Amino acid sequence: MPVGSQSSGSGNSGIMDSTDRPEIEIRGLHKSFGDNHVLRGIDLDIARGEVVCVIGPSGSGKSTLLRCVNLLEEPTAGQVFVGGTEVTDLDVDIDAVRRRIGMVFQQFNLFPHISVTENLTLPQRRVLRRNKAKAGEVARRNLERVGLSDKADAFPSQLSGGQQQRVAIARALSMGPEVMLFDEPTSALDPELVGDVLAVMRQLAAEGMTMMVVTHEMSFAREVADRVVFMDDGVIVEEGPAERVVGDPQHERTRNFLMRILDPAAAEQPGETGSEGPAKEL
Amino acid sequence: MTSRLTRRQRRRVSQGIQYAVFVAALVVVGLLADWDRLQNQFAQKDLASELFPAIITTALRNTVVYTVSGFVFGLVLGLVIALMRLSSVAPYRWVAGVYIEIFRGLPALLIFIFVGVAVPLAFPGTEIPGGTYGKVALGLGLVAAAYMAETIRAGIQAVPKGQMEAARSLGFSHARAMVSVIIPQAFRIVIPPLTNELVLLFKDSSLVLFLGVTLEERELTKFGRDLASQTANSTPILVAGLCYLLVTVPLSFVVRRLEARADRAR
Repeated sequence: MPVGSQSSGSGNSGIMDSTDRPEIEIRGLHKSFGDNHVLRGIDLDIARGEVVCVIGPSGSGKSTLLRCVNLLEEPTAGQVFVGGTEVTDLDVDIDAVRRRIGMVFQQFNLFPHISVTENLTLPQRRVLRRNKAKAGEVARRNLERVGLSDKADAFPSQLSGGQQQRVAIARALSMGPEVMLFDEPTSALDPELVGDVLAVMRQLAAEGMTMMVVTHEMSFAREVADRVVFMDDGVIVEEGPAERVVGDPQHERTRNFLMRILDPAAAEQPGETGSEGPAKEL
Repeated sequence: MTSRLTRRQRRRVSQGIQYAVFVAALVVVGLLADWDRLQNQFAQKDLASELFPAIITTALRNTVVYTVSGFVFGLVLGLVIALMRLSSVAPYRWVAGVYIEIFRGLPALLIFIFVGVAVPLAFPGTEIPGGTYGKVALGLGLVAAAYMAETIRAGIQAVPKGQMEAARSLGFSHARAMVSVIIPQAFRIVIPPLTNELVLLFKDSSLVLFLGVTLEERELTKFGRDLASQTANSTPILVAGLCYLLVTVPLSFVVRRLEARADRAR
């Protein structure tokens, strides 16, 4: 049984005044799966309206970090606050907190047995207790927002991956979240479909949504993110303005990662010739 | 010599032999069977027509009623047991596991006798609500629930994990996500095996034979047997059998269609 939180402060930390606090605060976060220590002490603040992209090699713990924010994974130690509420507090109503946090998955996870519109209205009606008319109105507005008004009556299986992902974003937005989490939203898409999804996310960022995005899309990170966080091996190696982290990384590990992801062909060469590349620190 | 035959020729010879054996068997059966006697015993037209309409309006109707009530009871109980089997509370899992092992391991007939004979003997005065119908629903349902529970559990586990995660991240509680998102999808997965279970129950409803029922409560098998002994002729049993097939064959066909569709969807 993992310990829910190691609250060092007093018990009333969850009801602190939230006006000048970051939207997301992560403090000393650890997560282990058995012997596998995936997150080894993460501290991260995300301000209201800020867009933060989390990058890093697979297995670096970036998805786990994201999933700890809405407690899809329960941290082994540490604290997470969203909008001033301590998510990791065992006494907090996690369902109520999750309503304020939209989440978009790599695999879309639309409900396949109901139509697009019902995908958007069912959570509103069951969770927020909105009536049919209100839920339908919100659904229409959000489908329009992602440019899929004409797919309202389609079923998820009739849509392309990119369309499904945009519906998934609209579904999350229909709950009126204060924060949006994106877990590699374009990784499962055919390359030609990535653009539409990124366009929706770009627009969302422009509207001032607080966003935490785990992604491999460096151009998106560079263009949209206020800040980029590079993770490796369960720790934050480097963070800062997108231009600096992606354009002029300070750490060797960041440089290696970016080299591999931006130009896979070039990155393979030093490995093959053995000596040409910069010395590996690992 | 055979080695000189081409492959095509060899195939032709082999097929020819198989057809010849088949035709020979037909001829032998046709010549040896006592057709008059068979027709007299199993297919007397006037006797058969006397069975109608009672065999439909009473016997087949009762068979359907027993089956459906047993199925509904079994489905509800099976769903509960399936959810217990998946519970995070260990004692629930144990109880469900023990139930499934017991009721899958016993003959349905023994359970029927238990419901119809043992319980009334042990607790005189206790009445199972609904009389015979209640007893049959209980007997069939108890057995069916054990099989359906395993089917439904597998169905629930076949729903991708991301569905629960998506529902939870939208603010659904675990229970509400189960009801609104997971179980509706699980049921689509288990419709073919559940329909199969319906066919099995339809046949198992013949166990009512051992309960002792009134004339109006007779289902197909008991009806057929009673009339066979009354008339000293087997025709009623044959007709009763045809009535079963009238339902089970189309149902099996539907199951195959549903399974084929599910395979294609995958």
